[in-house]
Amino acid sequence: MTAIMDIAGVSKRFVHELDTAERIARALGARVEERTVHAVEAVDLTIASGEVLGLVGESGCGKSTLGRMVAGLLTPSEGAIRFRGADIAKLTGKAARESALKVQMIFQDPMSSLNPRLRVGTIVGEAPVVHSIVTRAERDGYVAEMLSHVGLDPEMLRRYPHQFSGGQRQRIGIARALAVKPEFLVCDEAVAALDVSIQAQVLNLFMRLRETFDLTYLFISHDLGVVEHISDRIAVMYLGRIVEEGPTEAIFAAANHPYTQALLAERPVIAPGKRQFSTIRGEIPSPLKPPPGCHFHPRCPHAFARCRTERPALREIAPGRLSACHLNEAS
Amino acid sequence: MTSPLLQVEDLCTHFFTRAGVAKAVDGVSFSLARGEILGLVGESGSGKSVTGFSILGLVDPPGRIVTGRVLFDGRDLASLDDEKLRAIRGKRIAMIFQDPMMTLNPVLRIDTQMVEAVLAHSSVSRQAALERCRQVLSMVGIPAPDERLASYPHHFSGGMRQRVAIAIALLHEPDLIIADEPTTALDVTIQAQILAEVQKLAAQTGTALIWISHDLAVVSALADRIAVMYAGRIVEQARAADVIEAPLHPYTRGLIDSVPSRNRRGSPLRQITGMAPSILNLPKGCAFRLRCPRADSVCLEAPSEVEHRPSQWARCFHSHLADARADVLA
Repeated sequence: MTAIMDIAGVSKRFVHELDTAERIARALGARVEERTVHAVEAVDLTIASGEVLGLVGESGCGKSTLGRMVAGLLTPSEGAIRFRGADIAKLTGKAARESALKVQMIFQDPMSSLNPRLRVGTIVGEAPVVHSIVTRAERDGYVAEMLSHVGLDPEMLRRYPHQFSGGQRQRIGIARALAVKPEFLVCDEAVAALDVSIQAQVLNLFMRLRETFDLTYLFISHDLGVVEHISDRIAVMYLGRIVEEGPTEAIFAAANHPYTQALLAERPVIAPGKRQFSTIRGEIPSPLKPPPGCHFHPRCPHAFARCRTERPALREIAPGRLSACHLNEAS
Repeated sequence: MTSPLLQVEDLCTHFFTRAGVAKAVDGVSFSLARGEILGLVGESGSGKSVTGFSILGLVDPPGRIVTGRVLFDGRDLASLDDEKLRAIRGKRIAMIFQDPMMTLNPVLRIDTQMVEAVLAHSSVSRQAALERCRQVLSMVGIPAPDERLASYPHHFSGGMRQRVAIAIALLHEPDLIIADEPTTALDVTIQAQILAEVQKLAAQTGTALIWISHDLAVVSALADRIAVMYAGRIVEQARAADVIEAPLHPYTRGLIDSVPSRNRRGSPLRQITGMAPSILNLPKGCAFRLRCPRADSVCLEAPSEVEHRPSQWARCFHSHLADARADVLA
């Protein structure tokens, strides 16, 4: 198993800089400070060639930011993201363009990621022509082929995005990503906006394409059911940090981190009969002011003194399984 | 037997657009007993929200209720004028929306909004109104209600805002709450908190609930009965456990089977082929016909709602095939 994507010590901070009024206020002695959001904090993750890694977490946990950095849309504040051994932030010229083509992204909302004024033929066919994958004359034939790969009628290439349903639009987004012959797809909540029956169709498509094109996925989702189904391995994020990582089956059978346990316990499953929801206390803290120590400690039923001061390291608890929890050492 | 709290009879709400008549709700009937929780399930465009809006007379032009009756405690809401409806809305029937920012005014403090809602329906002192607000806020699990009352909606997180919206719905101890996708925008752990509160409140206050959702999993855990909508009609309704364990309609079956957790990991999901038809241009007969593996020439007629098993209704000519379950999805 070779690592295709290696994320090493990656952090991303967003700094809200002071505006003029705030700078003046500070000069006059008011206590105004720059606000920093630690969206992603020292994340290490490797993704093997051909695998599907599911990245799970609730809103604001940094999973999309991490995905965007992997796709090259954001640059890390610290650390390196290496695709096939090369740090993508340090590549220049031809090498940078080629590496960027190999990693493509699929977004949650296909309506805001497809240009409403372009025909499908242009949306899907523009990049391959620009990057000389096909000639302009071959474009329509190539687009038609891509459309049939994603289960759309090749005749539709003269249509505009608004003439499609939500599920079909998502397929266009997938066809656009595939058209530049990528090896790695970052799917950011790619099925979240779809109805259940359509979601199943698109998930099936993802699984089929993985076989056909030998793809590797970073599959980002808040939906545990979806991630369980499609992923080989899972990483769980909470407030910018990875708290647990391991093979899907092992995590779903016995989650180690209290946060993962809570997520699994609270996910609604279809079952006959009412069920009593029990809740983890509290809210997700603001990433502007994360709690010290373990980020989960204010909500954790097992928290003790050490959790409030010391950040737990992500340690191996079994072969291939990592968890960041002090409880693993206490016992 | 006591009469039901709410009885919807043959409700049709159509939208008269330039592109044609959209039959968003087309002959929906159901009833709801006091204290009962009904889950109204369907995909986008199935008419579940419009059904909820129609009950409260909140359908705006070009839509209107064409036919049908909405009997609430014996009175037909569909025939009441605005004045009389307003006396019922918020007092006896309350609504909770998907996005709490739709309910809350962003430029008013929570106490201003809540006191206004109290005084709209009861003549009490401002002091007593505030007391009532504090009471309901702590009922929905908001810590330090006094502090929270003096805050603005943007001070709250999404989950907290939804709690405030639920608290406002509870102000007048309504007989019925219509909740339209109230937890869809929330994270899993926050959704569980809200569902736990709702379960507790429904049990304590005896309020009946119509819980509109696309998420069968949430509804199956919460509701006493489930009604499944497809293209403006209820295609199946029964007790929640019956719908989940032994669905009669192929659409219900397909919805349940296409959920990832009901499939073996990694294997292709059982899927419903095709997509929902446009309500502007429904196929003749059964609307599900073109996606249905059971369909044959009989389905060119529209099926009526038939009680195939005791208290389990479905609109399907082939419900007897439901027991041989392998038929639906390849």
